[in-house]
Amino acid sequence: MTATALGAPALTEDAVRRALDVVIDPELDEPITDLGFVRSVRVDDGLVEVHLRLPTSFCAPNFAYLMASDAKDAITALAGVTHVVVELDDHHDSEIINRGLAADAGYVGTFRHEADQDLDELRATFQRKAHTAAMERVLTALLRARPDLPESEVGTVVLADLPDDEHTASLLRRRTAIGLGNHPQAPVLVDAHGVTYPPDQVPMALRRARSTRISIDGNAHFCRGLLQTRYPGSEQDQAPRADAAFFSPESLFTPPSDTPAPHTQEIA
Amino acid sequence: MYTKNGESYFIVDAHIALWDARPENQRNIHGKQFIDCFYDYHANLSPESEKWTYEEYLYQGGTRLMKDLFEDGYVDHAIFQPAYLGEFYHRGFGQTEEASALAAAHPDKLTYNHCFDPRNGEQGLEQLHADAERFNLKGVKLYTAEWHGDSRGYKLTDPWAMRYLEACRDLGIRNIHIHKGPTIRPLDRDAFDVADIDHVATDFTDLNFVVEHCGLPRLEDFCWIATQEPNVHGGLAVAMPFIHTRPRYFAQIMGELLYWIGEDRIQFASDYALWTPRWLVEAFVDFQIPEDMTEYGPITTDQKKKILGLNAAKMYDIAVPAHLQLPNADETATGPREPERADLAHV
Repeated sequence: MTATALGAPALTEDAVRRALDVVIDPELDEPITDLGFVRSVRVDDGLVEVHLRLPTSFCAPNFAYLMASDAKDAITALAGVTHVVVELDDHHDSEIINRGLAADAGYVGTFRHEADQDLDELRATFQRKAHTAAMERVLTALLRARPDLPESEVGTVVLADLPDDEHTASLLRRRTAIGLGNHPQAPVLVDAHGVTYPPDQVPMALRRARSTRISIDGNAHFCRGLLQTRYPGSEQDQAPRADAAFFSPESLFTPPSDTPAPHTQEIA
Repeated sequence: MYTKNGESYFIVDAHIALWDARPENQRNIHGKQFIDCFYDYHANLSPESEKWTYEEYLYQGGTRLMKDLFEDGYVDHAIFQPAYLGEFYHRGFGQTEEASALAAAHPDKLTYNHCFDPRNGEQGLEQLHADAERFNLKGVKLYTAEWHGDSRGYKLTDPWAMRYLEACRDLGIRNIHIHKGPTIRPLDRDAFDVADIDHVATDFTDLNFVVEHCGLPRLEDFCWIATQEPNVHGGLAVAMPFIHTRPRYFAQIMGELLYWIGEDRIQFASDYALWTPRWLVEAFVDFQIPEDMTEYGPITTDQKKKILGLNAAKMYDIAVPAHLQLPNADETATGPREPERADLAHV
């Protein structure tokens, strides 16, 4: 990594993008950098200007604000930054949100009479969903890998039983986010408070977690597609989710007939 | 009617619109943003052969609607579910006069549901009474993210919304179609949250609550409340076209719905003119849950018949030829169906 004379990393466009990797779309549980939501990054000495874009102009304004203000916070924390401009483009609330971001007005200050309180509860709700989905990903992967593991025993699986892979790392991060500890003997299948389920409720709990995971994955794929439709070329700024489960995005979402199969070469 | 391999399917398209989003009807930039958003949905999820031009999409008109649904689309009966969007369009988005006149001219083919906004208070309640009589309403379509002056949405549990639902009960409007959108007041909470539907479904057990888009993007929350409330139903508007672009995701949606709410409470819809019914009906009849998704049972022909029309026909008392009718499934009224199919070990 390039270092300045002071030892801090140089302020480059790439450094700004890497800083934005920590900004998560709460609904889709993925970084805005992987979703293609970062439209442009410009660095001019200590001045950083970032433009964000979303799949539709009617994406929920509260989540839009959350991502934009998280982006501003992430960049502001970088060494060498003197001024940050984050703007959300082409949204029905672009004007309100961009004005609020420029003034550091906070959520309530930005939406004024439309907001009663901060977005902490909204964020927490989606951190709980993200944990639920991550839990389902590891447990279903475990069930696939270990045919000897009966479903009734899923409730007894502890963190130490999980393989050292991206699914597990993802789960541990999401447990931390909602305040659960990561002791090796901590049970995996728990609610948002870390409480386990009675054995007879284990299959239902896993089943319900699966519907959460399906919902999040499905939304993320739809949003990626809509972004590509709205901003042709934006697919080049997108990356598949790091801990994608079971089916590759290709097998899950390839259109069956739109793309013509390659024709056999005809002999003239 | 659609017939294939000797099986006949009575088709009810439970969610259609006749809209006008042409520039002369756009009140402001949001009118353009809204129809552009719809058009991107259309363009992203339609097969190439079924794509309309943007100009066609702005306004379809009654003649084309009749052709797309009843001549080309196999539809036996369709139900208007209009969105007003008066803050975005001068004469509203859904065209009340044209659509209701069409329904009046073809009562065997079309049902006109109207919309109301509880933020219109007493005056709106009086209007609801007048509309119920004028349109002989059996159902209403509610868009909870509708903008209204300083407010950009409401919850069904708001006191005025409850009063309107009481009026629906008195007026014989039994079918409440709910479409959640991205805004709500206050903006702090998740606008797509369906907890308010849970609440009113418990309070108004004699009303049917049809959650459009089967709760998407909150499929999991929808399934969880719907499995507990026997009067909550799932509408497949917007979910249907995934059958083409994302068939495995569509299979998961169908698998989840059949598991949590069963075959008698799911309704087909093209969401016309977002999409057209012909290709959706054909694709759904041909559809099967992939064999490797062993956590779901295969979808049966009878289940397809119910979803494609019989369920909505029952809710709206639409006459179905006797030989096409099917009995309700012998299933639990609440809780998951066929839990033994939760074959966790083989997902």
